[in-house]
Amino acid sequence: MTRPLRVLVAKPGLDRHDRGAKVIARALRDAGMEVIYTGLHQTPAEIVAAAVQEDVDLVGLSILSGAHMTLVPRVIQGLREAGAGDIPVVVGGIIPPEDAEELKKAGVLEVFGPGSSTEAIVDFVRREIGGRVNALG
Amino acid sequence: MAIRQQAPGQGPQAESRPEAEGGLRKPRFLTRSEMEVPAFVRPEQLAEEGFDYERDLGDPGEYPFTRGIHPTMYRGRLWTMREFAGFGDAAATNRRFHYLLEQGQTGLSVAFDFPTLLGYDSDAPVAEGEVGRMGVAVDTLADMERLFEGIPLDRVSTSMTINGPAMILFAMYLALARKRGIPFDRLNGTIQNDILKEYTAQKTYIFPIRPSLKIITDIMAYASEEVPRWNTISISGYHIREAGATAVQELAFTLADGFTYVEEGIKAGLDVDRFAPRLSFFWDIHLNFFEEIAKIRAARRIWAREMRERFGARNPRSWTMRFHSQTAGVSLTAQQPEVNIVRTAFEALAAVLAGTQSLHTNSFDEALALPTEEAVRLALRTQQVIAEEIGVADTVDPLAGSYYVEWLTNRMERAAYDYFRRIEAVGGVVAGIEKGFFQREIADAAYRQQLRLQSGEEVVVGVNKYVLEEEQPPRILRIDPAVEREQVERLRRVRAERDPRAVAEALERLERTAREGGNLMPALVEAASVYASEGEMADALRSVYGVYREEPVF
Repeated sequence: MTRPLRVLVAKPGLDRHDRGAKVIARALRDAGMEVIYTGLHQTPAEIVAAAVQEDVDLVGLSILSGAHMTLVPRVIQGLREAGAGDIPVVVGGIIPPEDAEELKKAGVLEVFGPGSSTEAIVDFVRREIGGRVNALG
Repeated sequence: MAIRQQAPGQGPQAESRPEAEGGLRKPRFLTRSEMEVPAFVRPEQLAEEGFDYERDLGDPGEYPFTRGIHPTMYRGRLWTMREFAGFGDAAATNRRFHYLLEQGQTGLSVAFDFPTLLGYDSDAPVAEGEVGRMGVAVDTLADMERLFEGIPLDRVSTSMTINGPAMILFAMYLALARKRGIPFDRLNGTIQNDILKEYTAQKTYIFPIRPSLKIITDIMAYASEEVPRWNTISISGYHIREAGATAVQELAFTLADGFTYVEEGIKAGLDVDRFAPRLSFFWDIHLNFFEEIAKIRAARRIWAREMRERFGARNPRSWTMRFHSQTAGVSLTAQQPEVNIVRTAFEALAAVLAGTQSLHTNSFDEALALPTEEAVRLALRTQQVIAEEIGVADTVDPLAGSYYVEWLTNRMERAAYDYFRRIEAVGGVVAGIEKGFFQREIADAAYRQQLRLQSGEEVVVGVNKYVLEEEQPPRILRIDPAVEREQVERLRRVRAERDPRAVAEALERLERTAREGGNLMPALVEAASVYASEGEMADALRSVYGVYREEPVF
């Protein structure tokens, strides 16, 4: 018996571009997942706390402000410190390719740039996260 | 490089010849507002609607200004070419300003970074990683001095995209003018200062709605006396559209915001003809060519009618919908970015054919980063070609009388009035924001558009059709991380060198004025003059007004 995946969609930092985060949140929800959207203006610590408290299977961070190299590693570090380092993190937004590579080295599972289709993202989450969760039972 | 088809249903057979019903190439033809597009419009269809040249159009420069706000339009003076610019620190942005002016730009437009947009100093903990990234960092008058070094404030008009803390940045600009000995009545420019659309779309609010509106009436009252040539609000559809709204929603929500400011001004006891001539607009010019032109023509007609008939304005300058345009940021693609040059050129042409007063053309690399100098020069050159090579600036409103354009203008107008009724039914603009009406409408439209993209019904060249297997990304502008550290050091130096007593007194006076409900502007100009920082001024006001938190809707 598979349970629905739980996903946290979060907007870290001062970035106010929330169109993409909301579209993704809705697409994941329409695909049958349980989606928690944090809203704007979340510090890395708040995002970590929400991820732990909501016991999510995935954290999706949306950043279009250029602050990704500061904020994303903090979320990953925070999850590890909270003993939740097994929760995978994906990032969407405007992330230059070399930064995307560096973020992946720092532990980000995948980076989705502009023009990514929500179908592709839903498929990715089902395949990568659904597979893991169900393997764990 | 090979071209491959990506989206299902876009394979070779779908591409060959029409197989849809009636031999048409698609089952339905829609504008971006999901309005059905007719194959053609006959003169009788306009006649049935009672189309009347004098009443519905009028000559350019005449009520209801459908054809444009000036009789001669670009034959007299071209639109202002104004590229939105800001990155790193004030010195870097100042160099970009000078470069753009040397290249023939005719006005300035400042892009601030997120901490500045939200009323935080560069050394605030929340500002970490954000300083100078999305725009220029401005903390105190010292940054303003560097930002406008060598720029004659009495001869160049300056637009500042600033909303939550608009009054603070405006006060810094005025303090700079005073320091240079330039009388305020010689200053030309615009602060965006459109707080209503912040709650629905752009989200750079600070305070709750009511005090924010009170601050705006303070600015209108102050500027109408002290800075008479300043545009006090740029009522903006741009961000509403970028957040996902359709052209019709952009038109309706923006005009409704405009009417709300007029009502607030009148309620505050101001004479409508004193402040309304200083209200201007800012529209997003997207890709559906005729719909965008019809949107603007309808906006001019509606604004003129409502200002004259509903609000009783008598000054013809209160009736005219003056506006800035920006080509649509959301229409830019990260894939095959050079195609954005073409998209932007078509959008800019629509803005000009619609009679814009000023224009920003996006640079082709802006889906990837802030633009490089070469990219922004090309964007400016696009405007210069439209202005000086292709002849469209030599006659006014050449599309008037096109059956389709007039028909579509009428449709846009009617659809806007349908929304005005719905907004009234939810209790007006402020109640609509509080109930999440606009936020939901915009989020729904954004999602519907995403589904059309996914199905391939809406084509984006290079993204869901004509995709390249491999792409070479262009060189992009990178912001040196050292900018943040240097900006923080600079701010600390200013704090150490200024007169601490003068600052404390100015901030105390600001807070007291806010508490007592007086006009904030004089106190802000004083505080800015003694180098109080943006964050300090915003904090003084936060302590009185509190802060706004939104209910996230998706």
